[in-house]
Amino acid sequence: MADTTASNSPAPGTRRQMLAEFWFYFRENRGAVYGLYVFLALVAIAVLAPLLAPHDPIIQDRAALLVPPFWQDGGSTTYLLGTDAVGRDILSRLIFGARYSLFIGVVVVTIALIGGIAIGVVAGFFGGWIDMVIMRVMDVILAFPSLLLALVLVAVLGPGLTNAMIAIAIVSQPHFARLTRASVLGEKNREYVMAARVAGAGKMRLMFRTILPNCLAPLIVQATLSFSGAILDAAALGFLGMGAQPPTPEWGTMLAEAREFILRAWWVVTLPGLAILITVLAINLMGDGLRDALDPKLKRS
Amino acid sequence: MIKFILGRLSYLIPTFIGITIVAFGFVRILPGDPVLLMAGERGMTPEHYQDMMARLGFDRPIWEQYLEYLWKLLHGDFGNSIVTKQPVLSDFLTLFPATLELAFCAIVIAVVIGVPIGVLAALKRGSWFDQVTMTSALVGYSMPIFWWGLLLIIFFSGVLGWTPVSGRVSLLYYFPTPTGFMLIDSLMSGQKGAFASAASHLILPSIVLATIPLAVIARQTRSAMLEVLSEDYVRTARAKGLTPRRVVGVHALRNAMIPVITTIGLQVGVLMAGAILTETIFSWPGIGKWMVDSISRRDYPVVQSGLLLIAGIVMVVNLVVDLLYGLINPRIRHS
Repeated sequence: MADTTASNSPAPGTRRQMLAEFWFYFRENRGAVYGLYVFLALVAIAVLAPLLAPHDPIIQDRAALLVPPFWQDGGSTTYLLGTDAVGRDILSRLIFGARYSLFIGVVVVTIALIGGIAIGVVAGFFGGWIDMVIMRVMDVILAFPSLLLALVLVAVLGPGLTNAMIAIAIVSQPHFARLTRASVLGEKNREYVMAARVAGAGKMRLMFRTILPNCLAPLIVQATLSFSGAILDAAALGFLGMGAQPPTPEWGTMLAEAREFILRAWWVVTLPGLAILITVLAINLMGDGLRDALDPKLKRS
Repeated sequence: MIKFILGRLSYLIPTFIGITIVAFGFVRILPGDPVLLMAGERGMTPEHYQDMMARLGFDRPIWEQYLEYLWKLLHGDFGNSIVTKQPVLSDFLTLFPATLELAFCAIVIAVVIGVPIGVLAALKRGSWFDQVTMTSALVGYSMPIFWWGLLLIIFFSGVLGWTPVSGRVSLLYYFPTPTGFMLIDSLMSGQKGAFASAASHLILPSIVLATIPLAVIARQTRSAMLEVLSEDYVRTARAKGLTPRRVVGVHALRNAMIPVITTIGLQVGVLMAGAILTETIFSWPGIGKWMVDSISRRDYPVVQSGLLLIAGIVMVVNLVVDLLYGLINPRIRHS
């Protein structure tokens, strides 16, 4: 499209100003800033996993089964956080696990976001029976408890990480569709949309270039919520044996393998769960901060 | 009001039809021959195969199969389990009280603790109480509950030895279970210690299942309360010279409860998803564990109908909450 008349993207200067304003409000929330730091640290750990991990995450040391962490009796500094039942280094598995969890979050949110936005924009923009059919289908998906539906979808598709991610994306996508539709309905009769329409913008341009950018704030907040939700659900599926399969160092799968040792070796159970909790908590803290920074209702100067 | 109820119901029917289509379609998109999957047998003779196919209706056009499926559902026929050979509905009804008992205790814990915490945190905004409880609420909200359950088992069963690890009641007790609710049945049995045993089995799973709803309710109550406290009518009530207790208890709390009740209603879906994990960890014989077991045993008639029944229950509860919402919110009632 060559017409520049209907362009409503802000000039570079205002964009920087918007970012600065956003950062100002985000910084107000101390928890959110801590969450961001932890999240960045996790990203670094995931990226640098092969360099950071002291051992290979799936190589088994038959001479060192269920070795406790180094500060306990019987522990050694070779395996800082101990080993699991088949002699794999827990610290290395945790470090590599960060890769899986963040990857799951990114993939699930990307699929759900793209699908949900496309569906929601179409429903909100066209209205009428298209809207009705789409929204009833979303209602049907939302009528099932998400974990149950994901579990059944995985049963259909077959257990495994990829299928688990697809299943979780499918069940979290209606939230994006609903949010998008609601904001599109609020925006589509505003004057700037009318102006773009009069200027001759096509339907696709109206939907995705004119209206969509003004609906992004609630979607960003929902995306962080879905990110942490996806990590939790994928871990739960792994725990139930339907997600990533052993010997993948995925945190939920690690917990499933560790279950029978809960009363004998606390570290094999405690540490993977703690990793999940810290990751999810950091993302949720960031989500709270994003909501405060992006929600105009809460912005009082 | 009647118009309001009818309006809600008319929304429900297409959704319910959609759910039956999902449950119906589920078996047909499974990889493998649906006849073999639903009959749960392998190595059938061709005659037996034809017989099964006719009996399960797979030899007819798909829309006819669907209508017959609906017809059977309306008559309470949800098919038979491959494993137990029992009608799915009767298995469901036997196991459902266990889940209901657990979910009920969980929601009671969540509301009884969550609402006062939210109210206090809002009233003392910015205090250490506010900060500690809201941080804990966010931790609770982020909790992988399957891990939380394991931690509680390690501590209370392993280290302290206070609570049992699994099941609903100690095997030492045997009594009839007419209601299916272990707390009530154990009381009625009159056996010494039976009730205490049932309660000690229930406590850890209830806490685990209550964790996320508790966190959500506390956060929601706090923000609803904060919003209401800044309203003009609360200021008016204060200006009139009403006692703080009356302002908070009558003017603020009542209005803050409207969104909180919706939140509580929405927790039903969360509870069902949580029950899947909680029941698996604590070997609690309810429908969550039943679904997980059936999926891994490939008992597809159970998965199919369990999906339908659970979604149906969630929908009906959400409808009740919606109606309740209309009842307590005059703005909706009269519009």
